[in-house]
Amino acid sequence: MNKVLSVTNLTMDFGGLRALNEVDLDVRQGEIVALIGPNGAGKTTFFNCITGMYDPTEGEVLVLTPGGANVRLNGMKPNKVTEIGLARTFQNIRLFSSMTVLENVMIGRHCRSRAGVLGAALRDPRTRREEQEIVDRSYALLRELGLENSVNEFARNLPYGAQRRLEIARALATEPFLLLLDEPAAGMNPQETMQLKDLVLGIRERYQLSILLIEHDMKMVMSLSDRIFVMEYGQMISEGSPAEVSRDPQVIRAYLGEDHHA
Amino acid sequence: MDNLKKAILTSLWFMFLTFPLMVVRVNTIEKIVQWRFMNMVYVGVGAFVLSYVWRYLLAKRQIGESRDETGGGRRSFGARLLSEPRLYVPGLAALGLAALAFPLAGSMYQVNIMITALIYVVLALGLNIVVGLSGLLVLGYAAFYAVGAYTYALLNHHFGLGFWTVLPIGAGMGALFGILLGTPVLRLRGDYLAIVTLGFGEIIRLVLENWSDFSMGPSGISGIDRPSLFGMQLSVNGSTIYMYYIMIGLMLLTIFFTNRLKNSRIGRAWIALREDEIACQAMGIDKTRTKLTAFALGAAWAGLMGVVFAGKTVFVNPASFTFLESAMILAMVVLGGMGSIVGVVLGALVLILLPEFLRDFALYRMLIFGAAMVLVMVLRPQGLISGERKVYRFQAGEGSHE
Ligand SMILES: Nc1ncnc2c1ncn2[C@@H]1O[C@H](COP(=O)(O)OP(=O)(O)OP(=O)(O)O)[C@@H](O)[C@H]1O
Ligand SMILES: [Mg+2]
Repeated sequence: MNKVLSVTNLTMDFGGLRALNEVDLDVRQGEIVALIGPNGAGKTTFFNCITGMYDPTEGEVLVLTPGGANVRLNGMKPNKVTEIGLARTFQNIRLFSSMTVLENVMIGRHCRSRAGVLGAALRDPRTRREEQEIVDRSYALLRELGLENSVNEFARNLPYGAQRRLEIARALATEPFLLLLDEPAAGMNPQETMQLKDLVLGIRERYQLSILLIEHDMKMVMSLSDRIFVMEYGQMISEGSPAEVSRDPQVIRAYLGEDHHA
Repeated sequence: MDNLKKAILTSLWFMFLTFPLMVVRVNTIEKIVQWRFMNMVYVGVGAFVLSYVWRYLLAKRQIGESRDETGGGRRSFGARLLSEPRLYVPGLAALGLAALAFPLAGSMYQVNIMITALIYVVLALGLNIVVGLSGLLVLGYAAFYAVGAYTYALLNHHFGLGFWTVLPIGAGMGALFGILLGTPVLRLRGDYLAIVTLGFGEIIRLVLENWSDFSMGPSGISGIDRPSLFGMQLSVNGSTIYMYYIMIGLMLLTIFFTNRLKNSRIGRAWIALREDEIACQAMGIDKTRTKLTAFALGAAWAGLMGVVFAGKTVFVNPASFTFLESAMILAMVVLGGMGSIVGVVLGALVLILLPEFLRDFALYRMLIFGAAMVLVMVLRPQGLISGERKVYRFQAGEGSHE
């Protein structure tokens, strides 16, 4: 199958600290791939490298767009990466807190719309049409994520789980072909986590996109992912199906410590 | 009860502190020490009352805040008023009529004050784009104002260009300088940006002061033409009234324009940039472009007002564009409520007109003014009006399929 994302040999240095060391990872079309590993393994850094937040020291980040073009993302600005079709959420929620829930999603439509200063001032029919389209699509997304009752609330007033879902809605609004979720279930209770799992599966179904997620909740990871990559100290130590990975002695050692032998 | 105790302690402390100054007086002529214990009582009572009121207000605010957090999106009174057409339409109509009739009723002096106030309203609305909406703390805004004023002064002096011709040029020059300043400071935020822009403002002023061949130095440029009405030159009084109506027009234009911008794709991008720069970029917003647009548009209004200012006073010199000017305009934005258009208009009017009303109090004018500002910031740190967001309408019945 086609690889929508292929990362080879990715290395990221922060001064003397090597946060990522020659990491390889790929995501195939329509797959849900999980990236797991102990705290500080470099998972978020990996996300930052492929979304343009950091410029990787070495290595290649290639994507295959739905249009069939191969694009190298290294050194590209974050907004360009989003335009190409990658969208992400953040481990520590980063919503626009004093904007309404709807407006947060509308921001996601920014890179898919065009109106400029002149359009804003004149409100010509084209701008008005575009604006209405932004509102309608944003609202549709909010309904899909079960947030339609808090459309006009400030984002900061939402409960925690809803804020996480709003981040996903906002990311989806940019029409990605690859969705990157950084610990989407963090801080959720088991029931919310179960709902989230169904939600992620539903999103893949509906939007025909591929998903790469970082997650610590093993139950969710094992039941959701097609493949799992395991990272430790900036190195990729294992890769495979959930069953394969959970049998891998290296993974068991990384998670349980040196002394345990499974 | 705790408040009471603390207030008493504060007042005791103040009595002690001011003891040498207020109570003891050495009369060197008669060589005696006077003990003015009455003063001590005044200080004590004054400090007690002030400190008690202060604490009471702070406590009230905290309660308000916690209620705000639990109670969800409770909107402020101002915001509620603004969302009810039944309430604001008649008021607005009356206000409009009063504004139009004002030059007929008021004295020339009052009309002049009103023109100044209107100029500041537009300046504050311009700065509101940069500071209020985009969250870029710019402290050198008066520099763009100066650019506009000198654009008109110089073009009029050397080439005899008229007010109406230079008006758009002034705005364009403002925007150009906005981009010139904006480009090197794109990476800066918060206090760093504030300091650099403050420096920029001073540089412009110093250049104007010292480059005499270009700007005629500290003595400035005089004899600038007033705006003409269909080619006619008006009398001083006539042109003041004319200027008043021009300013009313320009203010309405500014309100119209900034209001539309605020609720547009660009305006939302500005607010997102203010809220979270990283998330904003991750959502596909070009940070560089968005910031530069904000700088350019904000500065354009200052340039525009610079031209009006030069046309009104018929004289410009660098002393009109000091840091104090920038600080005043910033205070209007903050006092009114960052990002809120009605708030900023109110803030500007209050800050310009209040000192005028207080002229009767002569000496204490600035004191009352300062106290009023502190009070507003304690009671409503978010500004007079805040938290108004547009409520969008969508097709609710529609399924979610695209
Ligand atoms: N901007 C940075 N500058 C310096 N060091 C950094 C930076 N970002 C991350 N690091 C370091 O890189 C390492 C990996 O951090 P990262 O946030 O990627 O871990 P993580 O796998 O996401 O962990 P967690 O599960 O706790 O989120 C850590 O040692 C961290 O201190
Ligand atoms: Mg992380």
